[in-house]
Order: sequence, then structure tokens, then C-alpha cells
Amino acid sequence: MSLFKMFAQAATFRHGVHPPEHKHATEGLAIERMGFVPEYVLPLSQHIGAPSKPVVSVGDKVVRGQLLAGPGGFISTSLHAPVTGTVTAIELRRHPNGKEALSLVLTTDPFASQRFVPTGPLGIPNTTAELVQRVQDAGIVGLGGAAFPSHVKLAVPEGKKVRFVLLNGCECEPYLTCDHRVMVERPDAVVRGLRIAMAQLNAEKAWIGVENNKPDAIKALRNAADGDPTIEIVGLEVKYPQGAEKMLIDAVLHKEVPSGKLPLDLEIVVHNVGTAAALADLFDAGTPLIERVVTVTGPGIRRPANVLVPIGTPVRALVEHCGGLLPGVRQVILGGPMMGMAQKTLDVPVTKGTSGVLALIDPARDADEQPCIRCGRCLEACPMHLNPQRLALMVRNERAAEVEALHITDCFECASCSFACPSNLPLVQWMRVGKGLIKQKKAVS
Amino acid sequence: MTQQAPRLDLSTAPYVPQTLTTSRVMFEVLAALVPIVAAAVWFFGVTALLMVVVAGVVAMATEWLFSDRKGWGSLRDGTALLTGVLVALTLPPALPLWMVVIGSAVAIALGKLVLGGMGHNLFNPALIGRAFLQAAFPTAITTWTAPGQGFWHLEPSTLAPPMMHVDVMTTATPLGLAKFEHKLTELGPLLLGNTAGSLGETAAILLVIAGIWLGIRRIFDWRLPVSTLGTVAVFSGVLWLFGVSPPPTFMLASGGLLLGAVFMATDPVTTPVTSKGAWWFGFGVGVLVVLIRNFGGLPEGVMYAILLMNAVTPLINRATQPRRLGG
Repeated sequence: MSLFKMFAQAATFRHGVHPPEHKHATEGLAIERMGFVPEYVLPLSQHIGAPSKPVVSVGDKVVRGQLLAGPGGFISTSLHAPVTGTVTAIELRRHPNGKEALSLVLTTDPFASQRFVPTGPLGIPNTTAELVQRVQDAGIVGLGGAAFPSHVKLAVPEGKKVRFVLLNGCECEPYLTCDHRVMVERPDAVVRGLRIAMAQLNAEKAWIGVENNKPDAIKALRNAADGDPTIEIVGLEVKYPQGAEKMLIDAVLHKEVPSGKLPLDLEIVVHNVGTAAALADLFDAGTPLIERVVTVTGPGIRRPANVLVPIGTPVRALVEHCGGLLPGVRQVILGGPMMGMAQKTLDVPVTKGTSGVLALIDPARDADEQPCIRCGRCLEACPMHLNPQRLALMVRNERAAEVEALHITDCFECASCSFACPSNLPLVQWMRVGKGLIKQKKAVS
Repeated sequence: MTQQAPRLDLSTAPYVPQTLTTSRVMFEVLAALVPIVAAAVWFFGVTALLMVVVAGVVAMATEWLFSDRKGWGSLRDGTALLTGVLVALTLPPALPLWMVVIGSAVAIALGKLVLGGMGHNLFNPALIGRAFLQAAFPTAITTWTAPGQGFWHLEPSTLAPPMMHVDVMTTATPLGLAKFEHKLTELGPLLLGNTAGSLGETAAILLVIAGIWLGIRRIFDWRLPVSTLGTVAVFSGVLWLFGVSPPPTFMLASGGLLLGAVFMATDPVTTPVTSKGAWWFGFGVGVLVVLIRNFGGLPEGVMYAILLMNAVTPLINRATQPRRLGG
């Protein structure tokens, strides 16, 4: 906390970091579409939870928006054809997470109109169970990046109730502007989706948290909310990782979600603004989740853009749509630069959780590690108020009991500690190692 | 058009370079020390310059000698130079250079390197060097000379050969005057710095400005000096009301308190890692300084106060672990 923080006006959570924003390249660019490409690859697992189960076979002809795979459990969701074409393979393909994953491969029909025709009923269903089912059948997941199936957060478990809905419009990751553009260009859809969620959850009040570097989004949402006293748009101080559920709740409602509990235990549910717009699209136009907005940017992209991309588009095609990579690109990241993943190849598909494609020329972390000087910057950065300095020390010495006692399981790997460390120590990587250490210990005992 | 396949590097997040490096921290502190060194030269002449240069060079040479002796090695992070300069600034101007050499070498070798190098030492290395000199040469390190004798003033003892005694014109520091002769020095000279004392401790105003600068730039944890100085002000103020301490303004502006509070009680390695711990550390230093100055045998106690609090820093860390969110 700096000396001046106490005079700051805007609401925010405690701790966190201020990475350079790098949003100028794309924040003013309208969302554009790209042409259809010959092949789409859809991993059956592109959300948190069980993989989807295919309902089509190789050789089947499918139309845009048709169901390809159904949910593999309650915490799982469906998958739909992003284009009209033929299922040409169900095989292992490279997944953005670095592994190979069972995927449906679709070959586009070059002569199809690719117009989406809704097949199911439109409008809001009468019962809440039916609405949850419709959202699951539409394959909607959290579009902030974690890709948690949305219907789970629209179903109130027995004995619980929801009073507040929070909509996350922070987009605190540097570079990314996809949520920003959705809020500016489709504020009515965002508010409509929020109202659907509020009605479904029987919530009395909702807040949309937007960081103050997006004044146009705040204004657009205020206009769309049109003085509704139950929907408040809150401008927040620009700080990472404000878009994390627990941080947003701290920033807007000044409440702490107890360790190991869910926002639901505080009668709160958090959704992403993009997810809200997807809900509106589902009930107003019958569209399942077959496309999403992806920010393609970074110093290594010739023509940065916000692109509405069919799920399953190869990253290579998306990058080519944006003019290709500039010479000297060293890294391509899927997601934001704080929590995203570097890719070895461009031959991976855009999934439901892909919020950005970043091409970086300067390697971010070429410098050598220096010894820890115990400056405490990681402690002031950690949004979960852990002690990364001590945790890393204990992990390096494989002291599993201490690692657990220091609450490593509360870490959600936002990488604020690594960013804050002046000695360039890969602290968040040590946190991951530490979690493995605890799993290992549990497996042995 | 097909994209040429670039060779892509894999690494883990985050992919954003950090905004501050450890070397940068050290060089910012060194930059803040430039006016302090300049003031030392202004008041104590070329003697001060010689002492700072010799201490800095010896510190770097020691660091290099005990490293793998290839290239610049760990000299690049700037900590060795910083320690050397700080050692010089805590020493009286009449101290012979050969003692400065010993103090600076001990600070690096025993204060830091034998413990594992940067980041592994429990005590402030510069103060270890000074404490060694205090134990080894108790007379020389309490021999004070008057400031303001011009730039070309060279103390006769500066170039004294080892183990040889050379007479110098001595005077007393403001703290010595207050303790043994019950004479209070005016605040004006204390703030400007034309009083007797160690090289870097006399110019109170410059030290305060350097501290504010480093605090605003978040080079160190501002809680440490604020807590140290606040504790001294409050504690000595209370004692002053009972007539057993000089006034708090004198306590703050005299002796090594400001130098210690700004440049030594803020060393991240030897002070608590938690922010709550930083408050406690400063509180401890402040209390000890006031106790030693008013009730101890020595007129000054900043060095021992900081070293003692260094010793309990691991305990403070343990007692002030942060409370996790929602825990």
C-alpha cells in the first residue's frame, strides 16, 4: 500500500498490483468478424468439469448451432457446431493447455450459407429448472477465462438463497479488451442478461463492477440500466486481479468470502459481463455459445483487433486474419499475460475460455533470478493475503506440513507475487509446485 | 498467405516484466546517498571523500575476492558498494583510513558473505562493520573533530599508519554534550549539519528529504522510518515532560538516528517482511534508542538498537504472519 492509497477515491480490494495496461491498441476498435476457415477443432473439454460427450459420429453432416456433444455431468456443458459442415474426425488434437485432448474436427461446407437458424424455443422458460437446463444445453460457460459452466451458478442449491448478483466487467488483465468492447457495443444485452440472472436467482440487487479505465463502458451500461434502482454500475480503481470473484466481492461489497467457501455462502453470485450477454443471446435469439470475442494483440501482431470468433477456430487462422505475426515474435500467449499460457505452436484452437491471443517480441522474463531480499512486496501484492516469500522458501525445502499450514490451497495463481518480486523469482510457479507437494503427501498417507 | 512458423518460447505466467528490480532498489538508495556524501565532504573536507571512496572500493574488492572472481559477478547488484558507503557514513571523520578498510572488509565478509551473501544475513552488514570497529578501536571511533574546516581539510589521523597514534583536535558531539555536560545544541546547526558527528549523520534536513524521496518512490517500506522516528518522538517526549530526556526535537535531529532510520532500519533483508512487523520493528528501535541515550552508559545507541532489533526480526516475522483473506 502506498502512502497515497489512503487518499484514493475509487473502491477496490486490498493488496494487488498495477501491471502496465497495454490496452490502447485495441480498446477503441469495434468488434469485427472473420471469414470462415476450412477446419474447426473442438476439444470435448473446454470448460471446468467433466468433458462433454459426443452425440455425433464421424461423417455426420451438421449445421451451424447443432448440438455436437452433451454434458458429461452436472458440472459440465454442451458443445455446438460453430459452422455448417461435416464431422471428419474425433481424435486427439493439441489443446491450448499443452496436452493432447479428444476433439471433434469439423470440415466446413464451403457452399453452405452459414446462417444460424434457431431450433429451440425462444423467451424465458416458466420454471427455474427449465432455465438451468436451457443454459446447460446451450453450452454457456463463464467467458472471463476460467470457463466455469454458467448454469451451475444459476441454480440455487436446496437450502441456499441468493440476494446479490455481481457482474464482472473489470477486465483487469493487461492487453485484453474483449469484455470492454462487449460492454460498449452491447450494453443492452449485458443488462438484459443480468436481469435474466437476477430474476432466475430471485436476487434483490445487482452491481456491475467496471474499472475506471473504461469510462465509455461505464457510461454505456448506466444508459442501458436506465435508472433501474436494483442495478448499480460501480467504477473501480484499476488494479489486478480485481476480476477474481473474491476480489470483486471485496471491492464492491467489502465482504470477505470465508476460506474454502463460495460466494454463494454470502448469498452472492458472480458472472462475467460477456456471459450475461451470452444469456441474453440465448433467450432472445436462441443462440448457443458458438462464438466469442477474442482480443488479438501485443507488440508482435501486425493488426491488433477484437474479433468475434467461432469456437474451434485455429489460432493460426485468427492470427493471419489480424495480419500475421511480426518478425521477431518470441512468445504467443492464449489468455491474458498474467494468467494465460504460452503456446509452442499456433495449431491450437480457440476455446470457450480463450479471451486473448498475445504475441510478444521482448521476452518478458529474461533476467536472472536474484536472491530474495525479503522486501515484502509479494505479501503486499497477494490478494489472498498469503505470505508467498515464506511459502516459496518452504516449498523449496519440501516442507509439506508448513506449506499446508501457510494456506497454499487458498492461492489461485494470479501471479501478482511473481510480478511484484524485484528479484525476478518465479513465486507463482513455486506455489504450483507446493500444491503438487501437498497432493503427493495426501497420496502417500 | 501462410504464416511462417516462428520458434515460440514456452515459459510460465506472468508474461509481464516486473517494474522494479533488486539492483534498481540498491542503486536508487545509492542515488539518495549522493547528497548525504556531498554534505559530508562539505562539512568534513577531503577526509570524508577519502573515507567514502576507500570504504566503497574495499567493500567491492572484498565481495569480488570471496565470489567466483569472474567478471563483475554479484557486484552488479550494487549491494556491496552500498554497504561500503554506509559503513563510511557511520564513522567519525578522524578515524584512520586503515581502520576504515578493516571496517568495510568486515562488513562484507563477516556481515554478509559468510552467511551466504545477499539476502541471507540476519544483521545489517554496515552496522556489523561499525560494531566491529567499535569493539576493536573504542577510542578512535569516539574521537570527534569539528566540521567546517574547508574542502582541503585533511585530518592528520586520516593517513596515519596502522597502530600509530596521531593527535587530532577533538571536540564533542551534540549527544555527548547533552549527556556529559548537559548542554543542548541549537536545532539550526543540527538541521543543517555543521555539528560534530559521524560523516553522514549530521545533516538532518538532507536525511529527511532522502527518506521522503525513497518512501514516495516505494524503494523501502515507509512504515519502518515512520515507526522508528514516531516512537522516538513520542517516547522521548513523555520522558522530557518528566524531565529525564532532552526534548524530542533534539532527540530526532541529533546523532545517528536519522541516518539509521532512513538507511539502516529500512534494509529489507534485515527487517521484518510483514507490514505489521515493520511497525513493531520501528517501535523497538525507537524505544531502545531512547533508553540507551537517556539511561545507558553511551551517549548514542542507534547502532545497537538496530542490531538488537535485527536479531529479533525472525521472531517478529513469525508473530506477525498475515491473516489470509476470509481466514
